[in-house]
Amino acid sequence: MEKREEGVNEEGAAAAAAVEAAGEAEEAEVNPWEVSGKIDYDKLIDKFGCQRLDQSLIDRVQRLTARPPHVFLRRGVFFAHRDFNEILDAYERGDKFYLYTGRGPSSEALHLGHLIPFMFTKYLQDAFKVPLVIQLTDDEKCMWKSLSVEESQRLARENAKDIIACGFDVTRTFIFSDFDYVGGAFYKNMVRVAKCVTYNKVVGIFGFTGEDHIGKVSFPPVQAVPSFPSSFPHLFNGKDHLRCLIPCAIDQDPYFRMTRDVAPRIGYHKPALIESSFFPALQGDTGKMSASDPNSAIYVTDSAKDIKDKINRYAFTGGQDTKEKQRLYGANLEVDIPVKYLSFFLDDDDELEHIKTEYGSGRMLTFDVKKRLIEILVEIVERHRRARAAVTDEMVDAFMAVRPLPSMFS
Amino acid sequence: MGYTKDRLLARLQELQIEFSKYEHPVVLTVEAQAKYVGNVGASLSKNLFLKDKKQRFYIISALADTKVDLKVLSQRLGLGKGGLRMAPEEALGEILQVPLGCVTPFALVNESARHVSLLLDQGFKSQQKCLFHPLSNDTSISLNTFSLDTFLKSIGRDPSYVDLEANPKVGKDQPPDLAALVPSDSIVLPEFAEGAPPSEHSNENHAVTDVKPKTVKAKAVKTPAAAEKVKDKSSTGVLPSISFTDAGQFVEEILDKTSAILLSEIREDTVRQHGEQLGAVVSDTLRKRLSSELKNLAIMFKNTAYTEGFHAGTHYQPKRP
Repeated sequence: MEKREEGVNEEGAAAAAAVEAAGEAEEAEVNPWEVSGKIDYDKLIDKFGCQRLDQSLIDRVQRLTARPPHVFLRRGVFFAHRDFNEILDAYERGDKFYLYTGRGPSSEALHLGHLIPFMFTKYLQDAFKVPLVIQLTDDEKCMWKSLSVEESQRLARENAKDIIACGFDVTRTFIFSDFDYVGGAFYKNMVRVAKCVTYNKVVGIFGFTGEDHIGKVSFPPVQAVPSFPSSFPHLFNGKDHLRCLIPCAIDQDPYFRMTRDVAPRIGYHKPALIESSFFPALQGDTGKMSASDPNSAIYVTDSAKDIKDKINRYAFTGGQDTKEKQRLYGANLEVDIPVKYLSFFLDDDDELEHIKTEYGSGRMLTFDVKKRLIEILVEIVERHRRARAAVTDEMVDAFMAVRPLPSMFS
Repeated sequence: MGYTKDRLLARLQELQIEFSKYEHPVVLTVEAQAKYVGNVGASLSKNLFLKDKKQRFYIISALADTKVDLKVLSQRLGLGKGGLRMAPEEALGEILQVPLGCVTPFALVNESARHVSLLLDQGFKSQQKCLFHPLSNDTSISLNTFSLDTFLKSIGRDPSYVDLEANPKVGKDQPPDLAALVPSDSIVLPEFAEGAPPSEHSNENHAVTDVKPKTVKAKAVKTPAAAEKVKDKSSTGVLPSISFTDAGQFVEEILDKTSAILLSEIREDTVRQHGEQLGAVVSDTLRKRLSSELKNLAIMFKNTAYTEGFHAGTHYQPKRP
């Protein structure tokens, strides 16, 4: 294996250290295929080497977009970034950017945790008026889960419908599945990236072993190259210096560390990242929602009754055991899931503050907090269902067609 | 991809159709269904999926107790004595896109069932409510005929109620009384290369050529080098929510939502509280509460219009030189 080290790269070193540290004493495990343990986000930012998204950046977003920042920014759901300030600098100069996000279509059942990056991306698309590419990594799921090629393709299309239902603008959005789109300019970039990453490096970043099949080992470039505008000649022809911003959950950071390491070596801008924490499971703070446990999450196909039952029965609360104790001691807001969920989905800052104060002091009961949460979740899920019902196969075809998007920046 | 139960139920809710939903273990027969929903105050239905010798398909939906004589019906439809028989299993999946034991008038929501004729038992009309499967064997929904009719009309169907037990003479001077219910078009089922499960994989295996606008013909031919995938028409559900294709309806919905909030915000106490400022206050409230919802509606409207344009663009015939 030839070594192509062009000097020590900060991010690469941090990555190697992160994997080592993660393997040692820490219980928390965070990588693209596994998230478990109690997660300390501050430590994670340090380990991964990304930046905190502070208030000044949020204020800047508000100024540049002339609208209130999204609830996920205000509440620190999207809390970390890499080079987001550079994206904003360029934007202020009149240099636009494009958005890139994706989904690994491993199951038909989508829960609210899955929708979070898409809800935020839609906001970014609307606020900054920029185009978006959405990658459905059906090949990845085919390789990592026991899915056939056909089944993963089918799931990709089904997931596309839920994604479209989040409200993306078809005149600014290109959705593609790897099985459909890999080839041509995209593949050329994949090879360019692959040539810059040694086997040892990819093992270091992703933890592959000698038992893993070669499909897995050669997959990372597939998720890397949508960060480069030349991968989409039908969209960005001649715009090789267009920047890319990637909203994603923080467990995807390893892929993009690798991408950012490679980018300057092949003459491209490093993609910027804006990263979110995990949406907690209903039963509490240990890891993220899992598609394999139906009671750990609220699904977009849940009925109003299902949502009510799940919140009432399975949501982990910080409230006291009895009404009397609750009024005396108040609730433990640190671990209370209903309040955490409200901080994601209750848009009104004042109302949330009010609830936190009253609940924390014991003047409000768990029942009331849950009731408000159920109201909000039902509204979200019903709206999603209605939008989803309006998505036809033909609409999916339109979103996935390799076509120009003439008004993507207007 | 056929309609799913949830999508259908969402659609019924959108159309403000009243129904009650009952979930139960999967049932394949009326007897089994009766065990779970026999006592909910609604009448069970039995549903037959039939075909005639000319590849035309029918759903007969009747009260469980109604006697259905296929020979008599066949004559009344003008198909001769032995013209009607049970449709083959593949047709269930291919045309109605429902599993075995799940034939239901609601299957007509699927585009693939466009040419299936529906005969409804007159007996339904005298029942308070009747039970049908909403595209899935693990659920039954009860609704009255008015509601069922509303649904059928929403998908462009004229509900036809028939006295299924009648046995009128059919002969030279007495034409078959149900002849009008025979579909105008036959449905050619694609040949299956292997025993693949229906609907899910049918899109990948078949190339479709639209010969005439009314007929759907499919060939089991793999087109490896096809630059353009011509989509099988049976893959789309029937029209999306009306508000997103009809500008008038769209505007009405916006005005309905706005009026509702307006009316709820202008009350005696708020008038007293804000006086002359009430207009500005309500205006703010409207924006706050409706802005995001209306933007979402508008995006869906836009995406729907674009999709229709996309379809037109991919199917248009270039001008002759």
